[in-house]
Amino acid sequence: MIPSFPFLKRQSVENTSKVFIPSRRDFLKIGSLAGGGLLLGVSFQCTSKDQSQTFSPNVYLSITPDNTVTIIAHRSEMGQGIRTSLPMIVADEMGADWSQVKVVQAEGDESKYGNQNTDGSFSVRMFYEPMRKAGATARHLLIKAAAQEWDVDASTCTAENSTITHSESGKSLTFGELASAAQQLELPDQDTLELKDFSAYKLVGKDTPIIDLKDFVTGKAVFGADVNLPGMKVAVIQRTPVVGATITEYKADAALAIPGVQQVVKINGSGNPPGLNKALEGLAVIADHTWAAIKGREVLDITWNLGDNASYDSKSQLESMKQSTLEEGMVRREKGDFNQARQGAAQVIDRTYEAPFYAHGTIEPPAAIAQFKDGKMEVWAPTQHPQWARDSVAEACGLSADDVRVNVTLLGGGFGRKSKPDYVVEAALLAKETGIPIRVQWTREDDLHHDFFHSHSLQRIRATIDSNKNLTGWNHHTVFPAIGATSDANELHPSDGELGLGCIDFPYEVPHIRIETHESKAHTRIGWLRSVSNIQHAFATCCMMDEVAEAVGKDPVQFALDMLADDKKLDFSGEIKGDFGNYGESLEDFPWETARLKNVINKVAQESGWGKTLPAGSAMGFAVHKSFLTYVACVVELTRDSSGKIIIPVVHYAVDCGIAVNTDRVRSQFEGGAIFGTSLANSSAITLKEGKVEQNNFDGYQLVRMPQSPKKINVHIIESSRKPTGVGEPPVPPLAPALANAYYKLTGSRVYALPFEL
Amino acid sequence: MATYSLTINGKQQQVEATEDMPLLWVLRDLLDMKGTKFGCGQALCGACTVLLGDSAVRSCTLPISAVGEDSVTTIEGLSENGDHPLQKAWIEHIVPQCGYCQTGQIMNAAALLNSNPKPSEEEIEQAMAGNLCRCGTYNRIKEAILTAAK
Ligand code: FES
Ligand code: FES
Repeated sequence: MIPSFPFLKRQSVENTSKVFIPSRRDFLKIGSLAGGGLLLGVSFQCTSKDQSQTFSPNVYLSITPDNTVTIIAHRSEMGQGIRTSLPMIVADEMGADWSQVKVVQAEGDESKYGNQNTDGSFSVRMFYEPMRKAGATARHLLIKAAAQEWDVDASTCTAENSTITHSESGKSLTFGELASAAQQLELPDQDTLELKDFSAYKLVGKDTPIIDLKDFVTGKAVFGADVNLPGMKVAVIQRTPVVGATITEYKADAALAIPGVQQVVKINGSGNPPGLNKALEGLAVIADHTWAAIKGREVLDITWNLGDNASYDSKSQLESMKQSTLEEGMVRREKGDFNQARQGAAQVIDRTYEAPFYAHGTIEPPAAIAQFKDGKMEVWAPTQHPQWARDSVAEACGLSADDVRVNVTLLGGGFGRKSKPDYVVEAALLAKETGIPIRVQWTREDDLHHDFFHSHSLQRIRATIDSNKNLTGWNHHTVFPAIGATSDANELHPSDGELGLGCIDFPYEVPHIRIETHESKAHTRIGWLRSVSNIQHAFATCCMMDEVAEAVGKDPVQFALDMLADDKKLDFSGEIKGDFGNYGESLEDFPWETARLKNVINKVAQESGWGKTLPAGSAMGFAVHKSFLTYVACVVELTRDSSGKIIIPVVHYAVDCGIAVNTDRVRSQFEGGAIFGTSLANSSAITLKEGKVEQNNFDGYQLVRMPQSPKKINVHIIESSRKPTGVGEPPVPPLAPALANAYYKLTGSRVYALPFEL
Repeated sequence: MATYSLTINGKQQQVEATEDMPLLWVLRDLLDMKGTKFGCGQALCGACTVLLGDSAVRSCTLPISAVGEDSVTTIEGLSENGDHPLQKAWIEHIVPQCGYCQTGQIMNAAALLNSNPKPSEEEIEQAMAGNLCRCGTYNRIKEAILTAAK
């Protein structure tokens, strides 16, 4: 496979939406290529309901006479391997020679590619079937073209290594040789189209190396800040120290005196609330190179009107959030009557769990390049959501979206940060204002001060136990500033969506359940971070389950299995007050199955040797948590090394993500997720005082390093033929509670606040 | 502004810069060599690691005036065809995820093997502790270094 980014050659992906001849089928269309060959357009959103709609394919697949198969990757690559996994499915189903497949990165264009937002662990889930069908269609056409050529029965021909072979006669033709003939044929019926059996796949379900591998290890891979335009200048921006602050006055003379500094330009910010896709107020120093811009910024003299958030203190907010959970909140799920459970209880365990603000800390800080020419804006950016970037740039610059073009580079990590296009908007505003191509470069300090943080949170759980040692009642209060509050100050409670992430879908069979939320305000920008509110919800829920297991005298693994009771499909009907999101999928397509959760629990227990006698100074902890439709159980082992320091020798995961499309990338996501989770559990925290973030760089905001990381991460993938589900986020939530539960076993101290030091 | 003469990947280069400009920005902005990455600017993440002579340095905090006579090796110059034993091992173990930190990781590992051709796991952990990877590829990095050291 050959990776390709069209913008590097300054050429556009062929405007293929024009070349499709109308036909009755809306899912797939055949088109023709200028130089001969076959072009297939695949549309995901069209159904055959509306025949009048113009066909707008999301993905293109072409075969040219030189036997190159080209597949467009319409999702952003940020380490999850999606640029490999989706094209791989098409190629495998076709029988293409993977080494002859070219993967081209798509620009951000909704009319061409549909929604390209790469978030929520859904790329493979959503596109597995359509990709297979596209590949199968191409294979079918090529085989038919060959069969006609040789006058043989199509069923006697096979497709492999980009070649169609007729084994009886030994005849063969390459895909390239057949492409133009295949283009003349009618599309096969999509409903009766035969797909390959899973066992016939050569790439899918196997360890397939990612396509950008060689570029990564030779330094040739192009990330956001690596794009270079002729005449480009670099902007470093002094942004508002407190969200909502404005500039009342500034002096730029000292900055302009720095060699290389060209201009100082003010950016008008969005004020309060700051919004999810807007620039913050700031002063941009534009210079010939990054260093001059950084030096220039140091000597800016700005007077700020700090505004309402200048008195904000995150610590005292947590304190008042804690107070609020002592009151009655807004009930979001109710089953039975918790008060009744409490009155009849022999024991009530009442605990609060605290988790801090987290920053994304992608090693590539945000950067974006913009050029404004002849009324048109072109940007290059490491963005998870190119269309939102496009629309936000258009809105901020007063342009129509048609006049904005977004080229997607590789992302040096995303984790949700690079869905928000604020940095792209900044580059566009400055390019428009100055008329010169601009790269906006965020420093690490900028990144940590002005992130869209994962919200800090406070949870209180009360569990009631009766005299027969049964868990009878579960009352979970959760309070945290909502993501929605970043654009709407009236959003005071966590949304249904945020509760759907591991809180409201408490799966255990407890007769009395009440889940409540409380009000809190956002005083900084809140966003989503890898697995979102599953982080705090899994932490509190899994730690409390461990504590209850101990109180009822059961092993925590056995207790979880017992509490899941009989195999069933959960729908929480009549109990949940709002929408149960199910990650945007229907419960028919993706049911909540307790059997699958039990299965991963059993698997992780077996693989980790749960229950075996450990040497003195070692302990294991367990947690189980379903998120993004993927079932995950986790066991963390802790040991004291010879110096008495606690280390993590091994983490075990059992995962049921349906079909594992690229097993290597499933494992790598879990390995990375374990380490990401270890940072959340042990190292990282953002705090704000007087409205300002207190951490400046990776000294204040710590991420785990190699010596503190789990030494081994064993990922046990359940073999499954079910629909594939996400793997980017699901490893994160159960890590912190499994670690906390192991820590308790080892030290006798329960963990109620993140991060905690080992 | 002064003119500096540097040897980078075996090639003599003249650059004009202020004396405090870090080597990182000289490479990236003045010489258009983009394989060396910016992560923190404070010698805290290792993304910008290059070799000065045989040792690893954080180019983000090394002013051009302090480079001196020693030759600089960046990822672009580590091997002719991307076939340094570390690069091969990196491919064998499919180490990278997003890839951003990886050039710095490889350069740091190269310095480690220069001074210690057969490092133990623990020596690897200590030597690589200055290089952050947010994607969490540490264990594969460790395996790849062990493979390359064979
Ligand atoms: S950029 Fe130099 S160590 Fe982080
Ligand atoms: S591979 Fe993404 S930061 Fe290391």
